[in-house]
Amino acid sequence: MAPARSLTVIPDFTLTARIDQVGAEERASRFTKRSIKKDAKMNGLKLVLNMIDLTTLEGKDTDGKVKQLCYKAMHPHDAVPGIPTVAAICVYPSMVKVAKKALEGSGIKVASVASAFPSGQAPRDIKIRDTKYAVSEGADEVDMVISRGKFHAGEYNFVFDEIAAIKEACGDARLKVILETGELGTLDKVRRASDIAMHAGADFIKTSTGKIQPAATMPVTLIMLEAIRDFYYKTGKMIGMKPAGGISKSKLALHYLVMVKEVLGEDWLNNHWFRFGASSLANDVLMQILKEKTGVYQSANYFSVD
Amino acid sequence: MEKTSIKKSSISISENGIEKKASAKRLAVLKTYKIYIGGQFPRTESGRYYIPTNAAGKKLANVCLSSRKDFRDAVVAARAAFGGWSGRAAFNRSQVLYRMAEMLEGRKAQFIEELIQQDAGKSKAEKEINLAIDRLIYYAGWCDKFQQLFSAVNPVATAHFNFSVPEPTGVVSIIAPQGDSLLGLVSVIAPVIAGGNTCVVLASETKPLCAVTFAEVLNSSDLPGGVVNILTGRPAELASWFTDHMDVNATIYCEKDSETKKMIREKSAMNLKRVFFYDQVNWYTAEGQSPYFIMDSQEIKTTWHPVENIAGAGGGY
Amino acid sequence: MATKTKNNTLKLKFDTSWSYSPAPESKSAATIHKQYDLFIDGEWQKPTSKKYFDTINPGNEEKLSEVADAGTADVDKAVKAARRAYEKVWKKMPAKERAKYIFRIARMIQEKARELAIIESLDGGKPIRESRDFDVPTAANHFFYYAGWADKLEYAFPNRRTEPLGVAGQIIPWNFPLLMAAWKIAPAIATGNTVVLKPAETTPLTALKLAEILQESDLPPGVVNIITGAGATGAAIVNHPDINKIAFTGSTDVGKIIQRAIAGTNKKVTLELGGKAANIIFEDAPIDQAVEGVINGIYFNQGHVCCAGSRLYVQESVAKEVIRKLKDRIESLIVGDPLDKNTDIGAINSRQQLETIHKYLSIGKKEGAEMYESSCRLPGKGFYCRPTLFTNVAQSNRIAQEEIFGPVLAVLTFRTDDEVIEKANNSPYGLSAGVWTDKGSKIFNMTKRMRAGVVWANTFNKFDPSSPFGGYKESGFGREGGLHGLAPYLNLVN
Repeated sequence: MAPARSLTVIPDFTLTARIDQVGAEERASRFTKRSIKKDAKMNGLKLVLNMIDLTTLEGKDTDGKVKQLCYKAMHPHDAVPGIPTVAAICVYPSMVKVAKKALEGSGIKVASVASAFPSGQAPRDIKIRDTKYAVSEGADEVDMVISRGKFHAGEYNFVFDEIAAIKEACGDARLKVILETGELGTLDKVRRASDIAMHAGADFIKTSTGKIQPAATMPVTLIMLEAIRDFYYKTGKMIGMKPAGGISKSKLALHYLVMVKEVLGEDWLNNHWFRFGASSLANDVLMQILKEKTGVYQSANYFSVD
Repeated sequence: MEKTSIKKSSISISENGIEKKASAKRLAVLKTYKIYIGGQFPRTESGRYYIPTNAAGKKLANVCLSSRKDFRDAVVAARAAFGGWSGRAAFNRSQVLYRMAEMLEGRKAQFIEELIQQDAGKSKAEKEINLAIDRLIYYAGWCDKFQQLFSAVNPVATAHFNFSVPEPTGVVSIIAPQGDSLLGLVSVIAPVIAGGNTCVVLASETKPLCAVTFAEVLNSSDLPGGVVNILTGRPAELASWFTDHMDVNATIYCEKDSETKKMIREKSAMNLKRVFFYDQVNWYTAEGQSPYFIMDSQEIKTTWHPVENIAGAGGGY
Repeated sequence: MATKTKNNTLKLKFDTSWSYSPAPESKSAATIHKQYDLFIDGEWQKPTSKKYFDTINPGNEEKLSEVADAGTADVDKAVKAARRAYEKVWKKMPAKERAKYIFRIARMIQEKARELAIIESLDGGKPIRESRDFDVPTAANHFFYYAGWADKLEYAFPNRRTEPLGVAGQIIPWNFPLLMAAWKIAPAIATGNTVVLKPAETTPLTALKLAEILQESDLPPGVVNIITGAGATGAAIVNHPDINKIAFTGSTDVGKIIQRAIAGTNKKVTLELGGKAANIIFEDAPIDQAVEGVINGIYFNQGHVCCAGSRLYVQESVAKEVIRKLKDRIESLIVGDPLDKNTDIGAINSRQQLETIHKYLSIGKKEGAEMYESSCRLPGKGFYCRPTLFTNVAQSNRIAQEEIFGPVLAVLTFRTDDEVIEKANNSPYGLSAGVWTDKGSKIFNMTKRMRAGVVWANTFNKFDPSSPFGGYKESGFGREGGLHGLAPYLNLVN
């Protein structure tokens, strides 16, 4: 990756690009009109599978559950050769060590949520300790949440500084900044939060925790991809994108892939720069891959639930 | 023909157009009948004149025989006035038209005299001026209402707010009804300017006096210069210029002459003027006035704008 | 990984390793006959001349079918049939019954939507996505909308009674063949007139399919007659003495010829003609949506749209950004087989039109404007043109003044509101305009001052049966669509 041009000027975030919702939704729906057939479908499905952050973020998570999920991540469907692994496992900080061990040598990353996930309602020092703990346990990636309350109150500097502080706490781990777009209300604010996160040092921007509805939508993801594109043109620095929550069907995931292809192009069409945060998507993708291979519609009973 | 009955007339015109009323104790001051362009009263640039006569063969005046260049100048004035006039509040246009009626009312006597000179009987003259005044009042009232009647909010199926409103078409050239001096003229001018257009009007060739006097009314009634421009002269000479000028948006013709009508349609194709023939209208009846006359010189503009969250928003419902 | 070009400027790569496979719509879902006769008086009649002409697929230059060439005698037959149907049947029919026929036609179009879309794309070259998602459903909706008006006309014109005009002669263009047929026929027959309609000679097939639908709907014979032919057939309709109304959509030049031709007659006329719409982007606009609006404004239907936003005015402070985004967006437009579901820009309608577009591309270059076109590959056969834009364009350039009717955008810059209003209105046309700004009061100022019949604010190229469409100045007169689309087919009586 080329080194970033220096970010000398931090923009006035009250002046970030304006979004017309109706136009954005029209554009987003246009991607769904692409017809993905044959090779494009098979290659697309494999790409989607390989971009998944297989996620479990539950209070009842146990070592056993996480280990099973890690096995699934490495061996999505061994009955068929040539199936790629997922990109990462996404867990709470307390599960990082288990996951790290289970995935050893697989190349699959461990992502940990941190910073008082999912509400973000904690003092900064606790968020930083949360982050440092996750990293010290072996997390390759940290998924933080922004302080939505401060954001709505117009305290953009607070939000900015907090992201920058957590980025520092991440060390070498890549930082994904969750905007929790379902709580932001408008696409204008999605764009503004995206700009703040990227300028403050995010490696990825991410739509949602999965705990709030609506989670990822195509218009929201489009606005974030466009923010990434504009930031790239402005700074030369690439930022990753992770829509999370609500993407459980292959067809929808392929629509997202179309969107990445047509907004950001080749460089982002890989799991270093694009991820799906999802739990049930993987099996639907596997079913579709099998359908393409066999020509027969599939049943969920033939795919492991982890 | 009724000259003998005009006891109070202060003017009478001799064979050569010069006042020589024997009984007058003082020499009356004659009026020069000029044309009206851009709020000014020039003589025709051509220096030409013609002398219309009444049925008794009496000469009415030395009237400007306007040229195509007068028309050209009038169109320039009308175009210049269009932005300001169409941009005025409709309520304000309404007040101006009302003011025109007030001024006309105040000069009633003069118009009656002129109408009588131009062959109207006294009661017909009175009827004509009264109708003309009332017609202005009628259209004054329409200025800020026809838009509401002919606008629409269109229920489109997408997330857009969509509405259509009438807007004035621009500069309108009008060859006024030739059969009378005042009422036809007022009846064709009023709806055009009520809707925010500006116009260039050619008066009745044979009965031009009231048109010029009406210009004086306009000049004293808050109507901005250039909104109405009045020429006197010959339709046969000017009709083609009225219809092929590229900066005129619409044209109105009120006579039945089929050759002229054909020529007007053909020439107006050059810039796709809107063409209206009011050759079947009796200006002395109710059919001589309606908001549909205003709508003839209106365009419909439709505007679209997105509506955020038109059906998705939960709040507030 | 970030891609830099030689001069160190960043460039996104849209020619990606993951690409779309061909996804052609199946031709088998549509039936096209080998030969079509004239639809007169509810029957298929041979042309008097016995002459037929070919209609081809502009996407691959292959012959699709051949259609009858209607001569003066055929036009006369059609007009007589329309007159008979008007006097004997349609005028007398209770309006609510008239309405039900039109509703029925709308439904049948919906039932045959897929077939109509395929035929439209085959015959005209437009992408199947547009035929399927726009042309055909909007055509059906138009019939549906006007059907409901048939028995409610007394509410439309205060203090007036309405009367139909009689026989309407309607001549439509090749850019939206079925939709324009709907725009013409639906209001005409809803208001009680009968129709002789001529589709364009390059795109007759969906109108003929519509004739089959009319037949199937049991619409009384002669109410709608559809006859095919070229300019001479159109002229015969315009000049026929027993026609009461001419409705024409097409070029301004032909519109003027029609206006001259009907001089001296009592025919009423509606003209929907050319345009050179200004699309204006202010610095405070929602830029990404504006860019998308510009793309849809000029590349929709290969730019064969009379209201296409072919003149883009960008405020100088955002011009670089907007142009960069346009160039990126052009790269993701897919040009190719009209029947492929992923095609964004299909085939240019005819070789002749492609030549016209090429002529303007060389004019633009000669005028010193900077041409940028998509890097996409074009199919070997058929008539195709890459999406193109010109920058460094001056107001006086011909590419900024004349209607090109192709996927060619002229980009100009401006500084102040007054300047752009003056430039935007500086055209003999006045069909449509677009304004992009986040400021409400500016929108109303701009939309009011644009001399155009349709103004899109923060959107572009939107159409709806309930929304009147039509131009100022040389873009024609009369409105189509909505309440205002009724008046051109009616006499108002005291």
